[in-house]
Amino acid sequence: MTKVLMYGWEFPPYISGGLGIACHDLTKALSEIGTKITFVLPTLQGKTDTNLHLELLSSSDHVIEETQQKTLSYEEFKERMDIIGIESTLRPYFTEKSYQEFIERLINKGAILEDHQNFYKLSLTGQYGPDLISEVFRYAYVAGKIAAKVEHEVIHTHDWLTFLAGVEAKRISGKPLICHVHALETDRSGINVNQQIYEIEKMGLHEADKIIAVSFLTKNNIVNYYGIDPNKIEVVHNAVSKNKSTQRTEYIKKTPDEKLVLFLGRITFQKGPDYFIEAAAKVLKEFPKARFVVAGSGDMMHRLIERTAELKIGRNVHFTGFLKRPEVEELFASSDLYVMSSVSEPFGISCLEAILFDVPVIISKQSGVSEVLSNALKVDFWDVDELANKILNVLSHPALSKELQAQSSEELKHIQWEKSAVKVEDIYKKLVPAHSY
Amino acid sequence: MPSICFYFQVHQPKRLKRYTIFDINKSHFYEADDANSSIMRKVAYKCYLPTNQLMLELIKKHHGKFRISYSISGVAIDQMKKYSPETLESFKRLAETGCVEFICETYYHSLAFLYSKDEFKLQVEKQRQLIRDEFGQEPTTFRNTELIYNNEVAKAAEELGFDTILAEGADKILGWRSSNFVYQPVNCDHIKLLLKNYQLSDDIAFRFSNRGWAGYPLTACKFARWVHDLDGNAEAINFFMDYETFGEHQWEDTGIFKFLYALPDYIFKNPQFEFNTPSEVAKKYPVRDRLDVPYFVSWADTERDLTAWKGNFLQDDALEAVFKLRESVYHTNDESLIDTWRALTTSDHFYYMCTKWFADGDVHKYFNPYESPYEAYINYQNVLKDFSQTVEKALEVQLV
Repeated sequence: MTKVLMYGWEFPPYISGGLGIACHDLTKALSEIGTKITFVLPTLQGKTDTNLHLELLSSSDHVIEETQQKTLSYEEFKERMDIIGIESTLRPYFTEKSYQEFIERLINKGAILEDHQNFYKLSLTGQYGPDLISEVFRYAYVAGKIAAKVEHEVIHTHDWLTFLAGVEAKRISGKPLICHVHALETDRSGINVNQQIYEIEKMGLHEADKIIAVSFLTKNNIVNYYGIDPNKIEVVHNAVSKNKSTQRTEYIKKTPDEKLVLFLGRITFQKGPDYFIEAAAKVLKEFPKARFVVAGSGDMMHRLIERTAELKIGRNVHFTGFLKRPEVEELFASSDLYVMSSVSEPFGISCLEAILFDVPVIISKQSGVSEVLSNALKVDFWDVDELANKILNVLSHPALSKELQAQSSEELKHIQWEKSAVKVEDIYKKLVPAHSY
Repeated sequence: MPSICFYFQVHQPKRLKRYTIFDINKSHFYEADDANSSIMRKVAYKCYLPTNQLMLELIKKHHGKFRISYSISGVAIDQMKKYSPETLESFKRLAETGCVEFICETYYHSLAFLYSKDEFKLQVEKQRQLIRDEFGQEPTTFRNTELIYNNEVAKAAEELGFDTILAEGADKILGWRSSNFVYQPVNCDHIKLLLKNYQLSDDIAFRFSNRGWAGYPLTACKFARWVHDLDGNAEAINFFMDYETFGEHQWEDTGIFKFLYALPDYIFKNPQFEFNTPSEVAKKYPVRDRLDVPYFVSWADTERDLTAWKGNFLQDDALEAVFKLRESVYHTNDESLIDTWRALTTSDHFYYMCTKWFADGDVHKYFNPYESPYEAYINYQNVLKDFSQTVEKALEVQLV
């Protein structure tokens, strides 16, 4: 089986969103079919699961020996990167409103070079801080050093944060590079694309020997916005691996005839929370016993709260802010309906999680998960009337809710990481020359 | 002397228009006029008109020895009158030949038998009158919607005065017995039961253009040989299928019309064989056995049961909801409301809500105007909500 050097930014418990969960579940399924993975993270702070299915490496702890051949100094490395239009004097760019939520969670700044006689370490935080771009560069620099030391046949990177690392690793080891796309800057920011991130993505995608997209929707975006040959892109859908939960709770106190409709995700343009609120107002006119929960935080939060007040539905709409995992699960378990009204959703694992909690789902047609899930209600994200029509019907007809629950749970049994892992291993095999077996 | 008995089903539901919760109280017209009109015209052009023409030629060519039967639902005839009168005219010309039998069913192609025997009878009577009016025949053969059948259906048909009833020749009701003989329902005195030979029927209806099938390509010569092979071990070989098989399910370029045109010639090569209509077959052959069918069978899917229309949460909820309204609807004494309600009992509405195999994307999807069974349910419930409010208002007005 293939030896893979994998670069990621998140991995449980170092996690902030779906990327970490996807990386964990995919690598677990891969290791179960025999793939040997070394997974490189920016940092390993806090405790680690000792029964892990792969070897986790922290870039921060990696000892870089100056005497290694083929290596560039960090300064030289930065210069190389100028070719993709990024200035060598990196400025914090996270004044972009769309990333404000990360600032809140910024723990500490990295970027401390610790000099030790003839070797040194680069310190990385793994956070999405104001210094993110320079962290990405430092991570890439260390990634190259790691690639020289760790035995591998394929390099596999997850999203733009680690694409440079992959490119650098490929330069050092000469092994084939896979860029796995979970989300694109064009999904996250719509027309207000951050040019630096876009350029990093574009460079990674062009350098890659193979690209894995989490959906056909994402594949099309890669082709259309990044000018990539569609033949270089394979689609491997995400999945769920957790067991079905039977837990039901009342996260938000409600009377028996009240119904709870959940939105979970970053409160940003990409996730379409505004359509959810507009639909909520329409639903409440017909069904006053409905409650709407918006779980998450993001740059649209204030505008959304204002709009809620303007619509005079504040009593029935709850903003929870960013929630930790146990709270998220509690919220799933007390919901009657999950709505994912994303403008652009490369996949949308959260909707599969909702199904694990026996919650029927309404999903945006502009989502990757819509490609693999039939037993869901689907809407165009902009069609607020239709979204309200469907929410109202789920809330008023238990039969609809029950049938959706029953059929989607059944369907979920076939949306498994095992299948995705087999596809990924297949891609590895095609990239690795036969004699290495 | 074995008989070949062709029965063709002609049906087009009155599909509902897209109706959201925000249309309630604003619009009380539920039919998808545009879609219904364009589908009727399309199917008329591809199937009804050319196939009727071909049948007429065959009847003339074989001097009355080529005989066939149709069941045309009342809602289909309604729509022919509205969107394609020439189609109805061409069926009338077939009726005039004397070689075509018109079979009775529920006017609304409904599931009424499963929920209200009274309603079932009314809808059968309405259809009987329609056949008298349009085709000048007194129907004596009955088929229930989608060949839904059990002992009780047979009994009800007998009580309504029918002499012949049609059903699916499902293995689970026949066991070792053959579909190619005339049977009698175990609980009936005189009505005779004809069973579909599903192997040969489906060779035409489903497998005709299937290149992966061992029998492909199916020629009239080959098919006639299979039929002739039954000689000596068959009396009534019943080919029951949707009429849309010709030109719509099997497109013209598959050669289906050429097959049909050539078939009688090849069949007649064995002079033992003849074509008969269901009532002729029933008169001609004695009852060979009595058949006990306590459970429902139908001609749908591989299960041959009711699960295409009934059994999931959506279907059961919608069916119960519509039949619960029956009493109030009749209390209004409003013919138009009663007709609207009855059209809501048409089986297709519930077929669209079938979640069986939905994820696999099969034949159900092809016939479904909705994106999903859930959309079908939502649309239907929205319509039903408005309709029930309209009925309530009508009753309030009556009280005043």
